[in-house]
Amino acid sequence: MADNAVLEKDPLQQPPGVEGTMERRIRFPMVPDGLYRAILATVAGVFCLVMVALVVTLVIKARPAFAHFGFGFLTGTTWDPVHAKYGALPFIIGTLETTAIAMVLAIPVGLGTALFLVHAVHPRLRAPLSTAVELLAAVPSVVYGLWALLVVAPWARTIIEPALASITGSKGPFSGPQLGIGLLLAGLVLFVMVLPTMVAISRDVIASVPGEEVEGAYALGATRWQVLWRVVLPSARVGLLGAVTLSMGRALGETIAVTMVIGNSTAIAHSLFAPAATLSSVIANQFTEATEPFHLSSLIALGVVLLAVSVVVNAAARLLVHSVGRQSSASVALV
Amino acid sequence: MSTALLAFASPSLAAKKPKAPVDPYVKADAHASGGALTGAGSTFDQPLFTKAFFEYNKADSGVTINYASIGSGGGIAQFQATTVNFGASDVPMSPADISLAKGGQVLQVPIALGGEAISYNLPGVKTGLKLTPSVLADIFLGTVKTWNNSKIKKLNPKVKLPSNPITTVHRADGSGTTYIFTNYLSTVSPAWTAGPGTGKSVSWPGGVAGQGNEGVAGLISQTPYSIGYVELAYALQNKFTYATIQNAAGDYVLPSKASVAADAAQKPNVTTVDFSIVDQPGAASYPISGYSWALIYQLQKNQATGTELVKVLDWLSHAPGQAIASSLDYVPLPANIQALARSTLLQVTGPDGTTVLLTK
Repeated sequence: MADNAVLEKDPLQQPPGVEGTMERRIRFPMVPDGLYRAILATVAGVFCLVMVALVVTLVIKARPAFAHFGFGFLTGTTWDPVHAKYGALPFIIGTLETTAIAMVLAIPVGLGTALFLVHAVHPRLRAPLSTAVELLAAVPSVVYGLWALLVVAPWARTIIEPALASITGSKGPFSGPQLGIGLLLAGLVLFVMVLPTMVAISRDVIASVPGEEVEGAYALGATRWQVLWRVVLPSARVGLLGAVTLSMGRALGETIAVTMVIGNSTAIAHSLFAPAATLSSVIANQFTEATEPFHLSSLIALGVVLLAVSVVVNAAARLLVHSVGRQSSASVALV
Repeated sequence: MSTALLAFASPSLAAKKPKAPVDPYVKADAHASGGALTGAGSTFDQPLFTKAFFEYNKADSGVTINYASIGSGGGIAQFQATTVNFGASDVPMSPADISLAKGGQVLQVPIALGGEAISYNLPGVKTGLKLTPSVLADIFLGTVKTWNNSKIKKLNPKVKLPSNPITTVHRADGSGTTYIFTNYLSTVSPAWTAGPGTGKSVSWPGGVAGQGNEGVAGLISQTPYSIGYVELAYALQNKFTYATIQNAAGDYVLPSKASVAADAAQKPNVTTVDFSIVDQPGAASYPISGYSWALIYQLQKNQATGTELVKVLDWLSHAPGQAIASSLDYVPLPANIQALARSTLLQVTGPDGTTVLLTK
């Protein structure tokens, strides 16, 4: 029992020699399993407690807003602190749109980069390129924001937006004045910001696909393309979902960089060029000067909505991957 | 309202040392306590407080004042909870706010004065575009949509105005700057009163928004054909192009320290309920301006701390402090408002019920 306790305490440690065991026993006298579990439960309990306390506090502080507006808080399109009318719909849409732009770009680019780093890059370049990607993840978001505002926004106004507008004839999503800042630029910044997460995790997941399976597929005469779709991606599916989930989490909640470039309009945007706002950008903008209790409560309610949106979006991503996984395994079976 | 960078922008001004606060009004010598005071609130006051409290500490060694510029809302909350010695807010505390204050009767002292420039980015057009209050309101309401609109043309017959759409720029963050600007628009335009109204954050009919004065200024300078409001200090120090605004007397006035002070001096009896000084009469008045307020409790529970607090606020709201304010491009408080600040500070009492700031 004592041996068990020692081993469980440090499972990665190689089983020590007899002398080592003696020494450890002297230093760590018998810890009963019960106590061991109690310690772990306490540590995990603190984590759960913090989570619960966070949610409970948010909900309590947000209650006046929810109680007054009810479901209308989610469907209202006016955010007017002067007349105390608060509706979160424009910000929910803004959050989902910017995240969607970022993910639509980040999934293929991130996955492609990860595959390149694992399968196609010259071995000498692999380490420096991987490090470069990881360094991007360490850049503070305010730096991305400044770069986007001062450097990318003028490009967006003079190059990117006119080009997109000419494709659709200034209609639909690419209509209206070309200001540089707005939904599109916010989405592009988020794309750049989540890319390192997407690449770094995808790379590790793809690299951990068993070499035997890949080599086996090649031995059967599969092309690189077939190996990618039939072997690598199905095998890495769950890990790639993790990469997408983490990236999306960052995109949904990113505040500073988005606030700097989204244009901060509280109306629903009818074009990707138009200014908009996200749940977190409104909180960041208005929290410091919100002196009316009701205004403050509504801002905290936005935090609750953001939490809920994150949970729903992540659950949806999981369901999607689950159903796609079934289809692909079915098609593999058919082959 | 952040002009944090501005404090560094004018190193030459740092040489102007204020005179040591020789003040006959102070009853007790609080130096012995070597007191440390804490304050929290408005970001508008932050550059002034940082510099002024540094100078005060040098001149009156032993007193340190820590100011956290967490925003007026946060400042009021901290002050209500009595976790700070004083608060600072761009809009005075409302009666509802005061009823939540745990330290008793609240006094509010005008401590800084600022104006707002209407800045624009019109290629080829210099400072001095003429705008009337109603046209300005129409631009921000979105009813005047292009620069060559007949209403703007009529005011500026000699200026070559383009046909491009106007992009309005406003503050994204809740701010006293926005409060003063929307207060002005509400005063001059019934349509604005019926629409967005007055507040630190309002529901804007259109346009884009940046964070802080620097955000708005950045958007204006980056976006051709845009117009927005920025703190006067910011416009002066960054050499922006800005409009002349028609005042209540019918004259077109450029924003400057003198024209804002002229506007403020028109209303000597400003109170914490009737505190708006926009659109005052007088041919020299620039109409878009407002005060920032220091919040203190009338009854100071600690004689030494109370004395030191009142002393520093008196110093700040009079010649030495206001000279520093002017060097940072705040508008110095007019004489009648300095007198108001002192008469308010004279109401502060120590635990024994006597005033801590004595008259001559």
